[in-house]
Amino acid sequence: MKEQILFSIDTPYRQPLPVKGWLFGNESQKSLAIVGALRGNEVQQMFICSRLIQRLKQLEDRIRPDAGILIVPCANQFSMNVGKRFWAADNTDINRMFPGYNEGETTQRIADRIFRAVQGFSYGIQLATIYLPGLCTPNVRIMHTGYEEPLEGLDFGLPYVAIRDPQPYDTTTLNYNWQIWNTHAFSLYASAKEEVSEESAEQMVNSILHFMACKGMLDVDIQPLCEHPRVFRESSLKNILNSCGGLMLKRRKLGEHVCAGDVLAEIMDPMEGSLLEALTAPCDGVVFYYHGANLIAGHEVACRILRDDSV
Amino acid sequence: MISNIIEVPLAVGESLTIPRNRIGSGDKRLCIVTGTHGDELEGQYVAWKLASILHQNADHLHGIVDIYPAMNPLGICTMSRGMPLVDLDMNRLFPGNPNGNMSEYITSRIVEDIAGADCCIDIHASNIFLREIPQVRINVNTADTLVPLAKYLNMDFVWVHAAATVLESTLAHSLNSLNTPTLVVEMGIGMRTTTEYGDRLVVGILALMAHLGMWDLPVSPVSPPIVSSDGSVSFINAPCAGMFFPTSHHTSYVEAGQQIGVVADPLTGETCAVLKSPVTGLLFTLREYPVVYEGSLIARILGGS
Repeated sequence: MKEQILFSIDTPYRQPLPVKGWLFGNESQKSLAIVGALRGNEVQQMFICSRLIQRLKQLEDRIRPDAGILIVPCANQFSMNVGKRFWAADNTDINRMFPGYNEGETTQRIADRIFRAVQGFSYGIQLATIYLPGLCTPNVRIMHTGYEEPLEGLDFGLPYVAIRDPQPYDTTTLNYNWQIWNTHAFSLYASAKEEVSEESAEQMVNSILHFMACKGMLDVDIQPLCEHPRVFRESSLKNILNSCGGLMLKRRKLGEHVCAGDVLAEIMDPMEGSLLEALTAPCDGVVFYYHGANLIAGHEVACRILRDDSV
Repeated sequence: MISNIIEVPLAVGESLTIPRNRIGSGDKRLCIVTGTHGDELEGQYVAWKLASILHQNADHLHGIVDIYPAMNPLGICTMSRGMPLVDLDMNRLFPGNPNGNMSEYITSRIVEDIAGADCCIDIHASNIFLREIPQVRINVNTADTLVPLAKYLNMDFVWVHAAATVLESTLAHSLNSLNTPTLVVEMGIGMRTTTEYGDRLVVGILALMAHLGMWDLPVSPVSPPIVSSDGSVSFINAPCAGMFFPTSHHTSYVEAGQQIGVVADPLTGETCAVLKSPVTGLLFTLREYPVVYEGSLIARILGGS
């Protein structure tokens, strides 16, 4: 294992911002790159990387001689240390700047340097978070660019593999650009973000180790979290929209199976306490996403259901 | 007539509303849009002046002028560039989705309300970091339709820029795709108003209305803009972190090699970098906010190739 500074950005009155990488295995081989937090609130994603580094330290002699692995736990401590989600100087999102531009603005340059560090690997994993203000059940997401190989997503052993049709803003994400530049790219979504969950981290670390074993990088026997993962198109998720604003009380858990008519959440008057609206499942399926905050405005995605018949 | 094009309940005893002031009647319709970025306030002055002039001269208005002064009301009221509840740039969420989350629902409703107008003017104000001369920005794919209209707006510069996939999420792209000609105005600086620029744009809007047959009072002459493409724009970015102090004036003509400013270290008294213009031309963008990092945009100069 080798720790190295991939690049550094100077600041006027703070210490230089180093972006560090941890290299395992054969340094001359570019087998797998793993990127954690690109945003300042992705604490769980950094935590997963830290746990992965600890596990790989223990498994170093099981890494195959022709495998080289790079882990970048955090590329944005500049924002993380001051409690900001995006680049704290101008509120731009590094994950909307790929592949980057080394003659451009600050976050374009940061994206460029990250991309140079992780480009050319056979496989790329980003520990990503969704743009919606909530959490989803653990899954791996693959962008449909024409270069993707969806069945490779099964090698993570997670319960769900979502195929996403890219929107215009997706074209500037790390995942999309990895694929365009010939890296097989996957986004792993944990069921935690700002708050650390050891259980979730364990799931994600095991899924990455399982993937590495499947790809011949690591000689270990890891049991998959799920024996029969489902592959589906993300667009088939059913949005459950609330019409009233108020205080949302969830009545189910992420990943739980529900039947049509089951109450998923209740929207309460936040002051007087009466029930304003009950949100029910329109179909049989799995609770795939829940809005995160207790308070919710009207016409939000309170919940998303993966229908039993989705493909 | 003032009405809300959308009303969405917030969590605690309030609704998010997007107001529209519809002035006049008839077949033709011009839309004036601003406040998509909550920190861009130059359009507030334009909206106020234009509404005042149109109300006072209603007999000379032939058609409808819809003024939307606050597309992102929560952002304006909280000094936030993006949409506060989701912390996203509203101008990357178009055309929206009526069945999506709140922000997508709002943007879809905005597009629905404006689509079909004879013209739309989307007024922006740079950001809090950079001061811009009055200009119109046009995607090269829509230049044939929009440049002739932009020339009426009394702006200094029409910048015909390259297409980028990510810009397909803007209001202007969405409306132009629906055959609603939409011009993006950039002028001034965020969190401030520059009344001189606003007055010029109001004259330009009236000139455009006269061209469209919507206004029959005499309009002050408008200055023809410089029309240029990306190839004529040079950029200066900070090579290092520090404080930027300008030595050239915004809107001035600069010579190749002329000093634009310095990046300094107030702690040590050192000058970290001296920034010089790579070309001879018009200094049309200049940094106002002193704190810079490597890559921070300092200036743009219209000149060169």
